[in-house]
Parts: sequence; C-alpha cells; structure tokens
Amino acid sequence: MTLKTLLAGTGIALALATGAFAQDQTKVGFVYVGPVGDGGWTYEHDQARQAVEAHFGDAVETVFVESVPEGPDAERVMTQMALQGADLIFTTSFGYMDATINVAERFPDVKFEHATGYKTAENVSAYNARFYEGRAIQGHIAGQMTESNIIGYIGSYPIPEVIQGINSAFLHAREVNPDVEFRIIWAYTWFDPAKEAEAASVLIEQGADVILQHTDSTAPQAAAQAAGNVVTFGQASDMAEFGPFPRVSSIIDDWAPYYIERTQAVIDGTWESSNVWHGIPEGMVAIGEITDAVPAEVKASAEAMIEAIRAGEYHPFTGPINYQDGSVWLEDGEVADDETLLGMNFYIEGLTGEIPQ
Amino acid sequence: MIRLEKRTAPSQFWTYAAPLLAVMLTMACGGLLFAALGKDPFVTIRTIFWDPLFSEFAWYYRPQLLIKAAPLVLIAIGLSFGFRAGVWNIGAEGQYILGAICGAAVGLAFYPTESVFILPLMIMAGALGGWAWAMIPGVLRVKFGTNEILVSLMLVYVAQNLLASMALGVMRNPDAMGFPGSRNLARYPSATSWINESAGLHWGVVFAFIAVIFAYITLSRHIFGFQVRLSGQSPRAARFAGVNPGLLVLICMGISGALAGLAGLFEVAGPSGLISIDFNAGYGFTAIIVAFLGRLHPVGILLAAGLMALTYIGGEIAQSNLRLPAAAIQVLQGMLLFFLLAVDVLTHYRVRIGTRRIA
Repeated sequence: MTLKTLLAGTGIALALATGAFAQDQTKVGFVYVGPVGDGGWTYEHDQARQAVEAHFGDAVETVFVESVPEGPDAERVMTQMALQGADLIFTTSFGYMDATINVAERFPDVKFEHATGYKTAENVSAYNARFYEGRAIQGHIAGQMTESNIIGYIGSYPIPEVIQGINSAFLHAREVNPDVEFRIIWAYTWFDPAKEAEAASVLIEQGADVILQHTDSTAPQAAAQAAGNVVTFGQASDMAEFGPFPRVSSIIDDWAPYYIERTQAVIDGTWESSNVWHGIPEGMVAIGEITDAVPAEVKASAEAMIEAIRAGEYHPFTGPINYQDGSVWLEDGEVADDETLLGMNFYIEGLTGEIPQ
Repeated sequence: MIRLEKRTAPSQFWTYAAPLLAVMLTMACGGLLFAALGKDPFVTIRTIFWDPLFSEFAWYYRPQLLIKAAPLVLIAIGLSFGFRAGVWNIGAEGQYILGAICGAAVGLAFYPTESVFILPLMIMAGALGGWAWAMIPGVLRVKFGTNEILVSLMLVYVAQNLLASMALGVMRNPDAMGFPGSRNLARYPSATSWINESAGLHWGVVFAFIAVIFAYITLSRHIFGFQVRLSGQSPRAARFAGVNPGLLVLICMGISGALAGLAGLFEVAGPSGLISIDFNAGYGFTAIIVAFLGRLHPVGILLAAGLMALTYIGGEIAQSNLRLPAAAIQVLQGMLLFFLLAVDVLTHYRVRIGTRRIA
C-alpha cells in the first residue's frame, strides 16, 4: 500500500466519521418575535433554549433568529433553518401560525412546535401555557393593593389568550374588592418599549395605581417606578430587578422542561404531534416571589390560591360568572371548558368598554 | 490642507462610483463592527452578501430576493418621481396598507367564487386605494399649502389603526375562532398574486419590472419626465416652461400612491396572504432608502432594492448561522445610507489638497 492510498483511506474514514457525527447531533431552531434581551417573553424562550443546550451538551446544537416579523419573513427564516438541517423548530409567537403550517408542509421530516396557536399537523405541535392561572393570582393581589380602585391593563392584541388574562385578573380583583375598576389600553404590539411606557403613563394619569401588562418589555415597570406609588407585576419573566417595589410579584413562563422533553422525543424518535396547554400544576406557569411590599395576609391567601390551583382543586374560571351584559355564562360551581377559553372573545360582567372589533 | 471645491456640474464619474464606494465602505466598517462582536469579519460579510446568491441553498434564497425586492422596487419607483420634483411623500407605508386593504376587500367580497376577473379587479382596487390615500396630502398641499411630509407621515399611523380594525373586525376570518386576521388569499386560487411560488414569481415582480421600464422611458423620453426634473432643479424655470405646479404635485403623489398601493395588494394576495394587524413590515419606509440609494434612477433603484433585499436575507442567515444579533444587521443597513450620503459629497464637490492658489 502506498502512502497516497493510505492517506486517501484515512481521509475517507475521517469524512465518514465527521459525517456520522453531524448526523448524531440534533439541531434545534428557535424563531423569536422580539430581541433576546427584551427581559420578558423572548428572554424566557431564550433561557429555555440555553437550558436545552446545557441539558444535552454536544448532542444538541441550537440556532435562533430574533426580532422576526410575523408574516413572509418568518416563513423564510423557518425554511432557512429547515434547509440548514434543523430537526426541530420552535416558533414562539402566535402570528407565526400560518407560516409554520406552510413550511411544515414542505419539510415533512422536520418537526415544528408552534407556541400559542391552534393549528396542528402531522409534524406540527401546538403548545401554550395557562397564563390565566397566573392572572388570577395577580388580580387577587392587585385588588387588595389598589387604593384608587383603578387598575390599568396594557393589552397587546385582542386575542383569546389576552382576553382570558383580563377576565381572570378582573374576576379575582373584584372578588376581594367590589369597587375595583379596570382601564384597558390596547397597544397592538408584543414588544415596543416606547409604546408600552406611553400606555403606562396614560393609565397612571387616569388614576391607576396598579398596572398589569400583557406586553413583553420592562418599560411599564420603569414608568411605574418613576411615578413612585404604582404597583406592577413582572410579565412572562420575573423582572426581579424592579422588586421589591413597584414589582410585587410576577408570572414566569418556564418553557425549559417542555423544550427539553420535546428535544428528547426527537432524539429518541418518539416525537408525535400534540397540542398541550400547561399551567401552574405542570410548572409551565410559575409565580415569582411575592415581595414584602404586599401585606402578609394578602401574601398568605395568594399563596393558598397558588397551591389550590397546583393541586387541581381550584379553576380560576369557576361559576357563577356572567357575561358583560349580565346573562349567565357559568352556573354556580360550573367550570369553564377549554374550548370556550381558547376562543374567548367576550368580557365578563363588570368590565367596561368593548373588545376592539 | 484639504478643501472642498464646488463642481460646476455634478461629476459623471462619481455619480456612478459613489454608490459602489459606499457599499465597499459599508462592508469595511461592517467588517470592523463584526470583528468587534467577536465574529470573523470575512465569513460574516460573505454570509450576508454572497451566500444568498451562491451558496448551497441559493436555489431557495434567489427567489426570496425577488419576493423581498419587488415591493421595494414598486414603491421606490413611485417615490422617485416625487423626490425628483421636490414632492416629499414620506407616507408610502400608509398607501401600501390602504392598497392591501382595498385589494383584499375586493378579493374577500368574492370569496369563494372562482373567476379570472377577480385578480384584475383587486389590482385596480389596490392601486386606487393607495392613490386615494396619497391624494389626501396631495390635495391638502395644493389647496391649502400644507406640508405633505407631515400629512403623509401622520396618515401612516391612521392607516395602521385602520388595518388593525379591519383585521379584528369586518375582514376577520369567520373560521378563525375569534383570532384576528382575514382569510388567506394566497390559498384562494382566483385571488392569489402568485404565479409560481417556488420560483418567487408573483404579479408584483412582473409589475415591478414594468414599472422600471415605464419610469425609465417617462423620465428620459417624455415631456412629463422633463417637467419633473425641471421642477426639482428650478421651480421658477419650470413655471416659465409652462409647468402647472399644482397638477405636478397631484400627479407625483398619485403615481407614488398607486404604486405603493399595488405593492401592498400583491403582498397581501401572495407572500403575506392575509390582512393581519401588523401586516406592514416597513417596506414603505425602506423604499425611501432604496430610492436614494438608487439615485432616483429606475435602474439604480432596481439594483438598490436587490442590495437591500440581500442584506435582509443574508442578515437572517448570519443571525442563525453565526449568532449575529439582529441589531448588528440594522446598523449595517443604516451605515449603507450614511456612507452613500457622505460619499455624495464627491459628486458635487472636488477635493483639493494643498493651499489655495491666488488667481
């Protein structure tokens, strides 16, 4: 055997080895709607991505693209990830739904996971968190923290997920404080610090001394801090840097266990299309530390409510609950079904104003 | 000592060389920026400017360039008429939205009938919608002397709210379980603007090329093109030459509005597919950069739109393959305009090194 053939042989062996290695490594892509530094929604998804990397080490490679507009751009980013060999792609915003379905049709071997939508396919799963469970705790605390009895709410888009949150927070605020009122501003954005800060300021000027937000940045927290006597809650992420006041608690989205589980399923070849909606019991929704700015008895009752939800003893939408016009939605003791909640497009009794149509 | 000396006429050489120099300076400074971020500058520049065209997956990216560039070309061509004549339509984004709304409204009204007349009707409605939205600042300027920059820009925000209310209200897909957004027009055979989706070909691409040819002929051969150029260079001379300034404003606003409306319609009936709350992705504003990058010249605009599309698509590849932050791509795009304006000095001025000689 000459040196030349020997070298060629080693070269081929090496190429085969690296090729095999590349196939062994599972590639997971993430498409983000905001920047990874938003401190809220996208930040938590990216934390979960990092958790996937930490959990699997070299067995998994992750890629991500941030600030992807919902629409044709999202479709291109997903296609590009699939072309580059991604095995599993998480698309983390409601507006990516149609794009995810379209791309999934073209790449039947790639698995897709779409957050907060309702369409699934053979290789597309949907996953969502029961944020309204966290909103119940927020409403419970907020109703007792407010002195002006006006609670401001920054809505993102009038979609069921956001309306569930408003209804849940309002229901539990009214439960502890019959005089409480909600002022709702629709920001029509998930992430726009300038718009969010402006919305917070307007609400504070209207007398709100508690601000709840369904948008992703920390700008409302900063606006509340500047105002001095306004209570806020962390949204999607803990936002602990604004504690112990104005941020008195938070809803934390913990995607890491789900992302690790689904990645493992792809590695094992056991991945199947599913549609999950997890909450406090499964750990997808967590409540951030309730600070000492909240009176001890309020904190204790809030924690009791968290435990009741965790144990499955309490559903935040338990009747009697009426529609906004006073007609009956849920009878005494009746629990809302998931289908109604997933398509929720109505306010409950006591809320003023209309959902933008 | 370095001095700038005004040229008697703009330099022919630098008119063409300046954009190229600007692109090269952008690459050089962008490379420094990427190096500072800890990325290999050569790999990054190659990923952004080369990979979309010639890499392994270029068969997918090349059609995407067409999709991304077509609305930019359409809008920028329209804007170039006004910008040459000193009519500043900054609100193409709003006209783009209105074109999409009006065009989609026609398509949705006919759903689910199939007919060959639906798309042509939608195209007309789209152009008309954009035109009408542009007529507001146009007429206000002609009749009351308002500033069309402010009026057209403010109307963008009005249009955005109108879009949101359409997506949530009358145009909402009845089968979407309360979620906002209209039916998908791309899946409605009679209404879709796609000709061949995998080739990136939709009617917007065809119209973009037609617009380039039409604009080239109008500007270089037709009396209207002469009037436009004259009005921009010397409004007084234009008046003596018999140009009706009010009419010129209306025509320029009308052309840019109609083309922006068309761009919106083709986007909503093809790549985007549906009217959603944030359907507009900033094409109307990016087109302003494209128009200037392309020297307000039709062929220049074609090239500039291609270049912008390249930075968008290459930028996304760089993000996912090299973990480059999205903001770095935006800085790169900003640099491009900055250097172009800076290098423009060479077109109008001569750089003299040495002391001034006394004549």
